[in-house]
Amino acid sequence: MSAEPAADLLYNEVEDELRIPLRALLADRCPTGALLTRIESDELYDTKLWAALGAELGITGLSVPEEQGGAGAGWRETAVVLEELGRAVAPVPYLGSSVLVTAALMAADESRVLPEVAAGRRAAALAVPFSTSPGRSFPDTVRLSGSTLSGTVTSVADALPARVLLVPATGEAGPGLYLVDLTAAEDTVVLTPRRSLDLTRQLADITLRSAPAVPVALGTEAIRVLEVALTTGAALLASEQLGVAEWCLTTTVTYVKERHQFGRPVGSFQAVKHRLADLYGLVSQARAVARNAVAALDAGSPTVALEASLAQAFVSEAVVETAEAALQLHGGIGFTWEHPVHLYLKRAKSSALALGTADRHRSLVALLADLPPAV
Amino acid sequence: MASAQPARGARTDGAWTADRLRSAVQDFVSAHDPATTDPVEFLGALFDAGLAWVHFPPGHGGLGAPRALQSAVDDELTAAGAPPRAPGLHTIGLGMAAPVLLTFGDEAQKKRFLRPLFTREEVWCQLFSEPGAGSDLAALATRAEPDEATGDWVVNGQKVWTSVAHEAHWGLLVARTGPELPKHQGLSYFLIDMRAPGVEVRPLRQATGEAEFNEVFLTDVRIPDTHRVGAVGDGWKVASGTLMNERVAIGAGAMPREGGLAGGLARLWRERPELRTPGLHSSVVRAWVDAEALRLTAERLRQQLAAGHPGPEGSAAKISFAGLNQRMSGLALDLLGEEGLGYDDWTFRRPEPDDDFSTRSYGFFYLRTKGNSIEGGTTEVLRNVIAERVLGLPPEPRTDKTIPWKDLPR
Ligand SMILES: Cc1cc2nc3c(=O)[nH]c(=O)nc-3n(C[C@H](O)[C@H](O)[C@H](O)COP(=O)(O)OP(=O)(O)OC[C@H]3O[C@@H](n4cnc5c(N)ncnc54)[C@H](O)[C@@H]3O)c2cc1C
Repeated sequence: MSAEPAADLLYNEVEDELRIPLRALLADRCPTGALLTRIESDELYDTKLWAALGAELGITGLSVPEEQGGAGAGWRETAVVLEELGRAVAPVPYLGSSVLVTAALMAADESRVLPEVAAGRRAAALAVPFSTSPGRSFPDTVRLSGSTLSGTVTSVADALPARVLLVPATGEAGPGLYLVDLTAAEDTVVLTPRRSLDLTRQLADITLRSAPAVPVALGTEAIRVLEVALTTGAALLASEQLGVAEWCLTTTVTYVKERHQFGRPVGSFQAVKHRLADLYGLVSQARAVARNAVAALDAGSPTVALEASLAQAFVSEAVVETAEAALQLHGGIGFTWEHPVHLYLKRAKSSALALGTADRHRSLVALLADLPPAV
Repeated sequence: MASAQPARGARTDGAWTADRLRSAVQDFVSAHDPATTDPVEFLGALFDAGLAWVHFPPGHGGLGAPRALQSAVDDELTAAGAPPRAPGLHTIGLGMAAPVLLTFGDEAQKKRFLRPLFTREEVWCQLFSEPGAGSDLAALATRAEPDEATGDWVVNGQKVWTSVAHEAHWGLLVARTGPELPKHQGLSYFLIDMRAPGVEVRPLRQATGEAEFNEVFLTDVRIPDTHRVGAVGDGWKVASGTLMNERVAIGAGAMPREGGLAGGLARLWRERPELRTPGLHSSVVRAWVDAEALRLTAERLRQQLAAGHPGPEGSAAKISFAGLNQRMSGLALDLLGEEGLGYDDWTFRRPEPDDDFSTRSYGFFYLRTKGNSIEGGTTEVLRNVIAERVLGLPPEPRTDKTIPWKDLPR
């Protein structure tokens, strides 16, 4: 394969500057203590925090051009936001709204709803099971008749706080992607919360009964747009996972320096040090792979599907390994409900299943890199 | 030796850009056709033009440009058909001696050593390890004593596992100058002439059958004081700097996608469908993904290094590099089955400067890569380095850092 000039895998100044106020805002409004209270409440998503990301920081539409109501930045900046949201396991619909739906609407050249979504005024969700990976056949659980949709979609991420849904459906004329306005849908759309492994990203089942819908893309175009959304989502999810892994690593390193047993910090035992050294290597690699996927997205690289699957194949396993080790190295306290590490483990494992497991992405890598299976 | 001619387009305000460098390279290759120019001459002219290492100072192979811009120069040179930068036997010279001379060497040392190192006229080796001091390098016993009459140093001792010593003109040597001091404080760093009287190099056969490395016996070898690098007693600092560079040189080299063993494995998989099984498919794809992760990490590391010197972070890439190479070469043998039972060459020989390792069998790679987790610091020692120097975890309780070296148990 040819040696293309290497993508910039570092963070530029704009990205660094974006990170600072966001991290401060999350530390202030989304501390882990408050999350532990929130998960016992009925309001699992933090709508106030979401509003702050849109109205105060203006970062809900970073990838969207300014003339369409966005910030005119790009996916690189979006990825930095995801890293920080992952670090905080912040319960906001950023991945669903600012990544999955935004990518789809941009790919489809939709311009009526996109500005609202970009501004964060209307959160949006892509109505597919969160486990859906790129490269699968077009979903067929929702049917179009006339201009309304009927059917069910299970395990949808970020649907609960959404005001608008982007729904893949099939009709007489084949596949299509449709917008459903939840503020006007009344009882034609029912969202049922699902008890979810990830307490900071609760899923929902969606039932549509003749819900009024507006087409966004039809036929092969709908297939292409959905694929763009899922590939973009897979590429960027790696950055969120990187943030989760980073929190797990740094929190654990801090803890083992403080916790004493046998008259010395547990972090001075070589078994602990070596495990953390390996995790450091793993997280460094996860960062390089995640940055590579984002750089490919931002540059519109022809290999973006491969880079996205590479990122998911690697980072999904790295984040789970890091979160599992974080719990183990915290000992008994890490196993308690009061300690936030379980929130990160739940996010890590769920995110590894989301948008295709590592194994599914390895199959895609095999396909895209021409490593055919045994027959 | 030609005098240093700054490349056309050099600006007095020092503002180099990738584009300016690219056109400097284009000018250079139109004046020195890589196809017809003798390689040593080509490399010498490249050095004089400041395009060897653009971040080195003018006159020493560089332009004082940002290090990040080197890749623009290298891309342009490759495109023009210049000889590849594959270091081969020059890994220690290019990857370790050059940056160490840049950071710690004096003007005269830079002037004397950098150019022939870059033109590949002089090969370098690294005389660090000793029979009693491997991981615990600071325990080394080779003595360097001053000769009051001449101002020279007189060196006695034994080094071991010294790669390419048999080809080398020069060695990077760490020796003990203060045995009464605690072990890290009594060391000094020298450049030793490997052809000097009293230097005896004996091949040391390794598991692969050949002898890349050697035992080196040093008996009353004289080193002029002008070949001491850094102050007397500062040897540990210079040695640590050398090791940081070594780990990056080993673990973070530039590579295209499917470069190195990953490429060989992928091609083997594609070309030999009859060898495929589902389990091996899973392992091959995992290895491909992990090789990419490592390649991108190395790339990112080099981008970070663009502004500075390698820190202990490079050790993580070196650990992964070793483990992955070992896994991939073992996997290739599994894939080959019966062919994997053979071996290409057990001859006890010393590698030549231009040996092409890429034609060796996977059995050779399976064995040679076992050394990857030992050379340049073992994987266990590098984990300690990352834990303590990157993550700031507390050191193991130690008793050996404060007592004079001469009183340590051995
Ligand atoms: C192919 C090859 C090329 C080499 N080239 C050179 C060269 O050019 N120049 C040179 O100077 N040297 C060279 N070396 C030597 C190399 O640097 C040493 O072998 C290495 O540093 C290990 O030292 P040792 O062999 O004494 O092993 P030891 O230090 O005796 O280690 C034995 C085992 O104990 C483990 N161990 C040791 N200390 C610790 C610790 N604190 N915590 C946990 N585990 C520990 C090690 O990881 C290892 O598994 C080369 C070695 C090889 C294999």
